[in-house]
Amino acid sequence: MLITCPYCGPRDVIEFTYQGDGNRERPQPASQNLDAWNAYVYDRLNPAGDHNEIWQHSGGCRAHLRVVRNTLTHEISSVAFARGDHKVAARHKAEGKT
Amino acid sequence: MVERQSPLEPAPLEPELRTGSHGDFEHGPDVILSETRPGSILQLAAWPGQEKNLIAGIHTVTGLALPDGAGAGSTDGVRSVFGFAPGKFTVVDEAEGLVSAFAGVVTPAIGTVTDLSHGRTAIRIAGPKAEWVLAKFFAIDFALPAFPVGAGRSTMHHDVFAQIQRTGADQFDIYVFRSFARSFWKALCHASEEVGYEVQ
Ligand SMILES: [Zn+2]
Repeated sequence: MLITCPYCGPRDVIEFTYQGDGNRERPQPASQNLDAWNAYVYDRLNPAGDHNEIWQHSGGCRAHLRVVRNTLTHEISSVAFARGDHKVAARHKAEGKT
Repeated sequence: MVERQSPLEPAPLEPELRTGSHGDFEHGPDVILSETRPGSILQLAAWPGQEKNLIAGIHTVTGLALPDGAGAGSTDGVRSVFGFAPGKFTVVDEAEGLVSAFAGVVTPAIGTVTDLSHGRTAIRIAGPKAEWVLAKFFAIDFALPAFPVGAGRSTMHHDVFAQIQRTGADQFDIYVFRSFARSFWKALCHASEEVGYEVQ
């Protein structure tokens, strides 16, 4: 399985670390909404198909990535920085082929 | 500065670390391995939105211009710079003390400067089979069009994290954690045996 890091380009999955389900929304730390915390900790969609995931390119640029992976085929249909601050670098990578 | 001791000092039972030709070198060694021992190895990181100011600061201090793009870099043989992550750059100088030159240029509002000079070991592999040997270690494209001179890559060999800069058409500088340098060097030697290698 290859993941195309927006900074580094296509790399083997061995360079990446799975950081969990990308659909979760963490409640504010002070939140006392037990249902929200319960959902954050336990509720998973477990889809047979496209799945939002967080991965870290831990053996490369170390950026955290938002990945859409098909759980049936392992096809990866989208990869983006989890934080939107570095879109410039991603664009250069796509355009400049460095 | 504290005097540095190389982690690659030769030992009696470790022929790979001794200068000279090794392996299958009957027709001449096809790679040359050396430790470049730069005086300064720095890691610079820009706060979000400050990348251009950091790149300008690197130019001011080193005279090196950074080409646009992820992983881009340049070298003049004495100083080198390359991007290894979004907004982050490795800057290397043969001389010690580069970190103090950045004080006042890369201000706390722009980003951070971390001196890794004692924490990394720089290994150079050069020669017509350098690409061939490295391709056995790292699952990245070493061909010149995909990995141009000056450019840098962050990758790993098993759990040994490595930053690689191409500093010539058939020359690469590899930065590894100092504590891994000795075993990585030996692995590099064993992988180079089939093409013949010279330790300089
Ligand atoms: Zn990456």
